[in-house]
Amino acid sequence: MTSTASSNSKLPPKTSVPQSTQYHRLHSLNWTINWPSMAAPESSTATTAVNNTLRHAFGNVLSFFILLLIGVLAFSIRLFSVIKYESVIHEFDPYFNYRVTQFLSKNGIYEFWNWFDDRTWYPLGRVIGGTVYPGLTLTAGTIWWFLNSLNIPLSVETVCVFTAPIFSAFASWATYLLTKEVKGSGAGLTAAALLAMVPSYISRSVAGSYDNEAVAIFALIFTFYLYIKTLNMGSLFYATLNALSYFYMVCSWGGYTFIINLIPMHVLLCIVTGRYCPRLYIAYAPLVVLGTVLAALVPIVGFNAVMTSEHFASFLVFIVIHVVALVYYIKGILSPKMFKVAVTLVVSAGLAVCCAMMAVLIALVASSPTKGWSGRSLSLLDPTYASKYIPIIASVSEHQPPTWPSYFMDINVLAFLVPAGIIACFSPLSDASSFVVLYIVTSVYFSGVMVRLMLVLAPAACILSGIALSQAFDVLARSIKFQLPGFPTNSEVDAGDSNPITVEAKNNAPKTDKTGEPSKDRPSRKNKKKGKEQAERPSVKGKPEKKRLLVLPMGASILALLLLVLLSAFYVVHSVWAAAEAYSAPSIVLTSYSHDGLHVFDDFREAYAWLSHNTDVDHKVASWWDYGYQTTAMANRTVIVDNNTWNNTHIATVGTAMSSPEKAAWEIFNSLDVKYVLVVFGGLVGYPSDDINKFLWMVRIGGGVFPHIKEPDYLVNSFL
Amino acid sequence: MARSSGKDAQALFQSLCTAYAATPTNLKIIDLYVGFAVLTALIQVVYMALVGSFPFNSFLSGVLSCVGTAVLAVCLRIQVNKENKEFKDLAPERAFADFVLCNLVLHLVIMNFLG
Repeated sequence: MTSTASSNSKLPPKTSVPQSTQYHRLHSLNWTINWPSMAAPESSTATTAVNNTLRHAFGNVLSFFILLLIGVLAFSIRLFSVIKYESVIHEFDPYFNYRVTQFLSKNGIYEFWNWFDDRTWYPLGRVIGGTVYPGLTLTAGTIWWFLNSLNIPLSVETVCVFTAPIFSAFASWATYLLTKEVKGSGAGLTAAALLAMVPSYISRSVAGSYDNEAVAIFALIFTFYLYIKTLNMGSLFYATLNALSYFYMVCSWGGYTFIINLIPMHVLLCIVTGRYCPRLYIAYAPLVVLGTVLAALVPIVGFNAVMTSEHFASFLVFIVIHVVALVYYIKGILSPKMFKVAVTLVVSAGLAVCCAMMAVLIALVASSPTKGWSGRSLSLLDPTYASKYIPIIASVSEHQPPTWPSYFMDINVLAFLVPAGIIACFSPLSDASSFVVLYIVTSVYFSGVMVRLMLVLAPAACILSGIALSQAFDVLARSIKFQLPGFPTNSEVDAGDSNPITVEAKNNAPKTDKTGEPSKDRPSRKNKKKGKEQAERPSVKGKPEKKRLLVLPMGASILALLLLVLLSAFYVVHSVWAAAEAYSAPSIVLTSYSHDGLHVFDDFREAYAWLSHNTDVDHKVASWWDYGYQTTAMANRTVIVDNNTWNNTHIATVGTAMSSPEKAAWEIFNSLDVKYVLVVFGGLVGYPSDDINKFLWMVRIGGGVFPHIKEPDYLVNSFL
Repeated sequence: MARSSGKDAQALFQSLCTAYAATPTNLKIIDLYVGFAVLTALIQVVYMALVGSFPFNSFLSGVLSCVGTAVLAVCLRIQVNKENKEFKDLAPERAFADFVLCNLVLHLVIMNFLG
């Protein structure tokens, strides 16, 4: 991990040369931390070898502790709501997950898979086993079971509340691993530190926010890491791990379609830009087959894994990569003349077959009204789709497009470090860095469609900003170091830490050590390799390698270093403020400051407790769908509609009842056996998101199914 | 034009055959295995077209297991092929061990999905 004196100058450059055929492992190229005591005197190779080993070991230990601290930071910055309020589950969706986890812990996994819930969607019920993403509940249930088997008696609620901070620590470690594969461990540590604090991720993984994204973001980053690692190493073992990690992602979140579309896009990009290599095949083809079968194993996905348009991209690229692999194989075994003959023959015959098949496929897909895409995916691709056709998707506040200030609020300083990171990824361009660039571009587009998807942008922004910051620190610190008084400033300086740009300039470095390199790359972390290079150095030193290192004036670089540190300080201050003030509200406990101090409103829980004490177990409660999950979890009563919103007609029925005069509403509720109606009114304290605020959505959704409810009837100046 | 393309096709076929005959035996064995797996998948698809796709998960798991082992065998072939400079220092035993592990995982999942 330390950038030792000799190893950098002789390692082969990264794959800026297309179709490089070197079996190299990226982390053997030490792009990393600047060490102050760099000037390795060439007095005796033994002492420098020992020095290198020591620095190497010190670097490893230091980065281990840094990672540990980053994990602790990620965990503790998310604890504000526990400190300010209590260890309670927030919001609406987490209550459903909590109820499912309670059921799992009480009844075991077979009952969970076969659970039919008759306490929601009153006459219809809901098949929980087949309509829930089980990853989160199974993870928390496993943690709870494991801790209890060790006789640590944590309650299910505690485990649920703290699952998200623990997995955010894992996510920052996964970011370290991913960025290390792209640019080296200095960038990795920076990116991990940035991800631990980025407000957008904090907002969905604060302690108490027990939702799918808590584990899904970790699974996302880890899957991408394993994909890049397989791409760099060409090892089938990592391909298997990649498929298993993808399976965990499919279990956890509906956003897995992002992975199964991004990776084929990247493979296509590599093929189109002429960077096809056998490692690409090994990285992609097993993932598609194994991943499809594993995805079909999850009940909520089932046969959608092969029948919906979200997955077709992966199959298409699967076919493309096989064609390309075949072409390269035939090109390899034929002579060039015969290959030309083959190409002309195949092109003329194959083109006709191809067109026929494409026509059939297009006809099949076009015959389905939504072209095979699900409603949510369509609303991502066409931002105006939801507001025209599916008012329920349009009404959720987190599905609205974000405003410009929300970018600055959510990723703060990273917003303008990202372009610098993109440029840094292009010098040199490797498969891994092209993947990261593609990731950021697609996630920026999707985050512009739905504010909820800022969450997918956050890891990409952290990775690229980490790369940018790390490169900047590299250059600045090196400028200062080489201009310190009493430092040798001649061409001995290839002892120094190399900037990737300048390593490329030495592409014509002696070939002798290049061929020697790859065979020694396997035990890359082993110090005997560095020691051996030390021994080889004197023989190579004959050729003066005049490396042009980038060095800035001393004063400017000190100032720039201070400014960068100040920038990071601003980021930290903002993140802590956002975590403490903006994103730690449990939203079932409200506070307000008035002239006589702080008032705490626990109205929600009081209402549910009233219901649970004063009504019969079989009584049905009708409310707007927002409160369904909380009512079933805390009040333990049957509800008519809840946050799952899978049945639009049922919700429209309740909406119509809420928008009709008393007699008509009584008829509707009587037909649903409703005994109690729950309405939230915030006028006494000015609570802004009560049912009066949501009333127009009730009208719209009801009017979408029952035409006698017309929105203009409910507006005062309806002719305007 | 047609005649010359016919002759070209013959010459192409000949050169393909001679070039392929020069590959080592262990690679040919792997190629045979890949061909067998793809053939089995095709037979399953034809059978499904004849009989209907009722237990769709069985059909899917059958076809995907054949395609899966074919893909994994191709990966093994890539890694074991002496002409691939990228994998020069990967021991063929390690490649085979990875192949076996991946196949184990694949077939475990297939057995679960078979119904």
